[in-house]
Amino acid sequence: MRIFYVTLKYTAVTLWSMFIIAPFLWALSTSFKDFNSVTGGATYIPWVDFEPTLEGWRVLLRSPAQGGVNIVEPYLNSIFVTCMASFVSIVLGTLAAYALSRFTFKAGFIKNDDITFFFISQRIMPPVVLAIPFFIMLGKLGLLDTLLGLVMVYVVLLMPIAVWIMVDFFNKVPIEIDETALIDGCNPYQAFFKVVLPNSIPGMVVAGLFCMIFGWTDFFFAFILTFTEVQLLPVAIVSLNSSITPWWSLSAAALVSVAPLVVVAFIVERYLSKGNLSGALK
Amino acid sequence: MNFKHKYLFLLPGLLVLLGILIFPIGFTVRLSLSSWDSFFPGLDFIGLENYTRLFTDDPRFWESFQRLSFLSVTTVFLQYTIGFALAHIVWKEILFQRFFRVLFLIPMMTTPVIMTVIWKTVFHESLGPVNDFFSLFGVTPLWLSSEALSKVTVIIVEVWQWTPFMFLLLLAGLLSLPKEPFLAASIDGAGPIRKFVYVTFPLMAPISIGAIIIRLIEASKIMDTVYVLTSGGPGTSSETSSFYIFIKGLREFQFGYSAALSLTYLIIMIISLTIIAKMLVKLMIRS
Repeated sequence: MRIFYVTLKYTAVTLWSMFIIAPFLWALSTSFKDFNSVTGGATYIPWVDFEPTLEGWRVLLRSPAQGGVNIVEPYLNSIFVTCMASFVSIVLGTLAAYALSRFTFKAGFIKNDDITFFFISQRIMPPVVLAIPFFIMLGKLGLLDTLLGLVMVYVVLLMPIAVWIMVDFFNKVPIEIDETALIDGCNPYQAFFKVVLPNSIPGMVVAGLFCMIFGWTDFFFAFILTFTEVQLLPVAIVSLNSSITPWWSLSAAALVSVAPLVVVAFIVERYLSKGNLSGALK
Repeated sequence: MNFKHKYLFLLPGLLVLLGILIFPIGFTVRLSLSSWDSFFPGLDFIGLENYTRLFTDDPRFWESFQRLSFLSVTTVFLQYTIGFALAHIVWKEILFQRFFRVLFLIPMMTTPVIMTVIWKTVFHESLGPVNDFFSLFGVTPLWLSSEALSKVTVIIVEVWQWTPFMFLLLLAGLLSLPKEPFLAASIDGAGPIRKFVYVTFPLMAPISIGAIIIRLIEASKIMDTVYVLTSGGPGTSSETSSFYIFIKGLREFQFGYSAALSLTYLIIMIISLTIIAKMLVKLMIRS
């Protein structure tokens, strides 16, 4: 029975790992192909099945004028928008979450939980519902196709995540910490910035990671709200997927875009093992 | 603890969110009462005409909604089952534990739309590796262009992409469980299966419910995958609600009508998610 269970366990884990890795391996292999090795049917192993070439990767560094695919600028744009929006969301979200966790608000029938729900409920909103009014609103403000406009929209997408994680986190930070600081003569701002905040770094890191994941991987808003001036990475890569798809450069670009967040997986796992996530995610 | 400056903490975030959102929401409501399209752009007032059309004369919307329900319930069910199984396995001692934990997280870190482009090449009907394998048996399934299979393909890709999220929430939950109930169960001589049924699963119920609801919310927005993989096709056979609204609004520029669609859709979603949440709570707490 025990041997059966162990075998089952390792079989399951191995099969799932293969499923996860498969598309990456296929993309890696494809990125070294050229036109002939793609259109001749599926091929897998370089040198055995096809003659590898670096063309797919070289294209990424060439300027569009020379027939290249420019992903450097979209890459930088994506980094800028994701970081800015995450930063704003974390700052505002942390402050709001602290208020919601420590103070009592009451305005008619609206209480703390309702305000928290209001923040989080923004995630229920399907992107299409917001896309059209955002399109018109940013157009009126002259912010269509600009980085600033995108940051604004992404703050709406990311702040709910920050509030959700941080409210939960602050609820687990003992209130005695605040009270001790207040008794020691801090005013409430000092108590927050000097005592509570340093103790909340793990929660903020987790919230930041989640904001970055969801910001970096968003496609829809970037797709609707930008045209030519500003392009984010997912849009740039998907636009390669036109009538005649250059599978090789597409694969190379996809791998390059996916790489930075794989590092995030390691950090998340670290937090998971140390037990910091269980408090922050529930 | 209470003091007058508490609003200084809350208001910056709240006001920014309200400030950015108030126009879009208000405008959508107003837009849904107008006939704004690409021929007559303007905010005229036609009352509830758009809503009448939606409820009496638009089977395509309701079909896309049924399809969405089917797709999201199926994918979330698969994600939960697989995610729970994987989390349970790597929760205990296993060789290369850290390696597996990191690996199982990776798909959720990748951009869905970009990975879908890769999946599209994987499932390519004549040049992709999947059909290369199936051709060994003399069949070439039409993964992207047959009505039944295109949905299966969408489900496979969604499961690949988002099982890690379920896995993460459930593993974080498993790691936070208290040790005592398990010790007590061991002393009573419970085997691994009984331990799971009577200790682990009930203890995990609240976390499971949370995870399922979060995933249902996100899954109901499914759009990128469909857009890249099948563009809703063949015909409209893999079209989901979001995608249909997208087509009406930003392809055919029927802004007024798509606003009515959006609001109706939003209200249905909120109601059904609330009901599902209540049902899940009852189901899981009782068992």
